[in-house]
Amino acid sequence: MSDSVAGSLAAEKNFYQEKTHKGILAWLLSTDHKRIGIMYLFSMLTFFLIAVFLGFLMRLEMLTPGETVMGAHTYNSIFTLHGVLMIFLFIIPGIPAAFGNFMLPLQIGARDVAFPRLNLLSYWFYLTGAILALLSLFTGPGPADTGWTFYAPYSLRTGTNVALAVMAAFILGFSSILTGLNFITTMHRLRAPGMSFFKMPLFCWSLYATGWIQILATPILGITLALVLMERWLGIGVFDPVKGGDPVLYQHLFWIYSHPAVYIMILPAMGILSDIIPTFARRTIFGYKAIAFSSLAIAFVGYLVWGHHMFTSGISDTSRMAFSFLTFLVAIPSAIKVFNWLATLYKGSIDVTPPFLYGISFIILFSIGGLTGLILGALATDIHVHDTYFVVAHFHYVMFGGTGFVFFAALHYWGPKMFGRMFNSKVSYIAWGFLFVGFNMLYFTMFVLGYMGMPRRYYDFLPEFHSLHVVATVGSWILIIGIIIMFVNLYRGFRYGPRATMNPWGGTTLEWKVPTPPPLENFDKIPEVKHEPYYHPRNQEERQ
Amino acid sequence: MSQAAELTMEKHYDPIGSRIGMWLFLFTEFLLFGGLFLLYAIYLNKYPEEFHYGSSQLDQFVGAMNTIILLTSSLTMVLAVGALQRDRRKLSIFFLVTTFTFGAAFLINKYFEWGHKIELGIYPGSQELTQHPQGEIVFYGLYYAMTGLHGLHVIIGMVIMLFLLYFLLKKSHRALSIKSNQIQNLNGKRLLLSDETGKKLWKSQEITSEVTGMDVVVKGVFTEEQLKSSEVKLENSGLYWHLVDIIWIFLFPLFYLVSM
Amino acid sequence: MVHQNEHQHTQHIVGYGTYIMVWLALLMLTALTVTVAGMNFKNFAIVIAILIAGLKSILVMNYFMHLKFEPPIFRTMVYITVFTLAIIIGLTFTDISFR
Ligand SMILES: [Cu+2]
Repeated sequence: MSDSVAGSLAAEKNFYQEKTHKGILAWLLSTDHKRIGIMYLFSMLTFFLIAVFLGFLMRLEMLTPGETVMGAHTYNSIFTLHGVLMIFLFIIPGIPAAFGNFMLPLQIGARDVAFPRLNLLSYWFYLTGAILALLSLFTGPGPADTGWTFYAPYSLRTGTNVALAVMAAFILGFSSILTGLNFITTMHRLRAPGMSFFKMPLFCWSLYATGWIQILATPILGITLALVLMERWLGIGVFDPVKGGDPVLYQHLFWIYSHPAVYIMILPAMGILSDIIPTFARRTIFGYKAIAFSSLAIAFVGYLVWGHHMFTSGISDTSRMAFSFLTFLVAIPSAIKVFNWLATLYKGSIDVTPPFLYGISFIILFSIGGLTGLILGALATDIHVHDTYFVVAHFHYVMFGGTGFVFFAALHYWGPKMFGRMFNSKVSYIAWGFLFVGFNMLYFTMFVLGYMGMPRRYYDFLPEFHSLHVVATVGSWILIIGIIIMFVNLYRGFRYGPRATMNPWGGTTLEWKVPTPPPLENFDKIPEVKHEPYYHPRNQEERQ
Repeated sequence: MSQAAELTMEKHYDPIGSRIGMWLFLFTEFLLFGGLFLLYAIYLNKYPEEFHYGSSQLDQFVGAMNTIILLTSSLTMVLAVGALQRDRRKLSIFFLVTTFTFGAAFLINKYFEWGHKIELGIYPGSQELTQHPQGEIVFYGLYYAMTGLHGLHVIIGMVIMLFLLYFLLKKSHRALSIKSNQIQNLNGKRLLLSDETGKKLWKSQEITSEVTGMDVVVKGVFTEEQLKSSEVKLENSGLYWHLVDIIWIFLFPLFYLVSM
Repeated sequence: MVHQNEHQHTQHIVGYGTYIMVWLALLMLTALTVTVAGMNFKNFAIVIAILIAGLKSILVMNYFMHLKFEPPIFRTMVYITVFTLAIIIGLTFTDISFR
């Protein structure tokens, strides 16, 4: 209560009312981190919904044996597009670009990020990349059919519009790098007085670790994709076996980026959960430093394990064993986080609000996804299930069940702060029910299918898989109903709902100490930080 | 516009912050080339003979010349920064132009070097090159990719230098800007310029209702603030140029000196 | 909020002479690496060449790029980056060397 800075600000205009330009330009030319965050959020949700629809079409195709709604070639293009949209346009920019942009300066007590104009540039790159990706669908010889991984040598040879799709991914990489660079500099230079690194909320720590991955891994993807372009246009031969190149090296370079990229996707989600749990358990986080350092540890170990994507690509046995062993190491920092969250909940006075419910689903779904990851990381079992639905189920549990659910949790948690209005909680619980049931029906079935030998990326299947495919497809419908209910509820709430108070959830971090929605430059006076981020005064005293 | 909105317009310098940002960006450049160095290492390991032979076909003298040119350009670049730190703007411009010239010389050398190879029919996808052993195809593939990408960075660095020259040469400085809503108060009045003793230096025409906005521009001076902002920009461009140099420091032995 | 006037300059100022000495050292190292390449060191040749190039880049970074005069965090960041690349190359060679 004592360090509240809000009183003096009550009359100040919020950032929606402060405009430097008219109309749509008030958004496209704004360097305000909150506007950029919201632009990212809406762009990403658009692509997310398109990609969900593509997923729906894929499941529909798998409802019956043989051709149901599309042929093999269309199916190839659709799963490629589903992957490209979900990975490059939704989940990689995902939490950092939307919620990170909006919340990071608020959480560390800054007026904006370190380089506001660079931040806007990063959004423009994102938009350019997205437009190129969409152009690749409708121009030239048709959409890419390589899968989102663009594996050589097929990506060098296929007549489809790979070049444009690759350029899109390249530019999106730029966008990602600029975001990471901006956040790291912001955290080094713009923390409020009194806020040491160890007083930052854990979401900031996760963004810090993510920022380093964005900076140190994305360039590798950049050069890999640039080489694919050089191969296609000039024929330099480094990935082309006919010219003495080695296509396995493409896979190495691709996964050197793309495995760490998995942590670009999941780390910020873990950070948000580390903010949500203490808020609704009404007590401080258990093992603050352990969680903070485990983020860095995950980022680091993430560089050591990419080979587990290549166990069946013909890499050496030494390499396979090394990568298999190293992959197991990732489980340690991940488990540290999970146990610390559970310890925080233990003896907390838990308030099961929608953000908490969506957030806590992460622990269950991510644990399933993570543990099946160990099955895939173990050399012997991977040989059996590689390139089957088991893999598909695994990464959907981690990416969708993990990051996706926390993304939804963040929408519920920070949405009222961002948009100034409240949603209907009851409907949120109902939506969660559909989501959770549909999700498990769809993807758990895929584990079983994969284990039985159903290969991924096929538009057809053997008759013995039919009944399980029906279960999965029905699951996808339930899941989509949940998504629709949730978004309609959030949209109506944020548009017409009752006004949200400054701190609807009883959060303790700095973003809850500014008005809702925040004013243009966040803080009238930069606050001075005295407590650790999750300091709940009353509970803390009672406990002693 | 409210006060808060104007705050964003205010420039604030955090030279250390901007240098951290620049270094982080350089790391991405370093790793971009890092991927290529990794491929080089792997293929050198796979095709040692072909790489040695390919290397022997490159002109070592031109490579060494280019190394010396880039090293010297790095020196003149850092001297340009040093001169500006000492507020010697003209000297700084001189060194910057010298650096630019060295960059151009590097590219001209490269142009002739590539031109000669292409004349011999040795370039990616050429008829001639497909007759050569696979290792050589890969060697030249990497040679063109790596020196080409490096050359692109040299060009980008030179474009940045042009921008800096513009900042360092642009002398006018906008001292005051009067917007339309404020100008009505000035209707029928004149602007007056006087020195500190109050002596009139210059008087403007009467401001009529047709005037909708006004800028007071000071020409021929170079303000402290302007120097400071150019200094930060020049430092960061210098960092970029040195990175380009460092990459060449590695490219030179890898391509020109593995022949023996 | 703005402290432009507090420090006259944004960075530690290094003498011109130091720069020229570093430049001379760089030229000498270039001469050295060319000379060494002329001798027959077989497989060591590439190792020596990389070492000399590394030495040259350390000089460029410390003096021309002022790393020596920056706060320690800059150096930490450089180490992280170089270390990461080293790991990437090392782990890739667990495949290449044993295939
Ligand atoms: Cu992986």
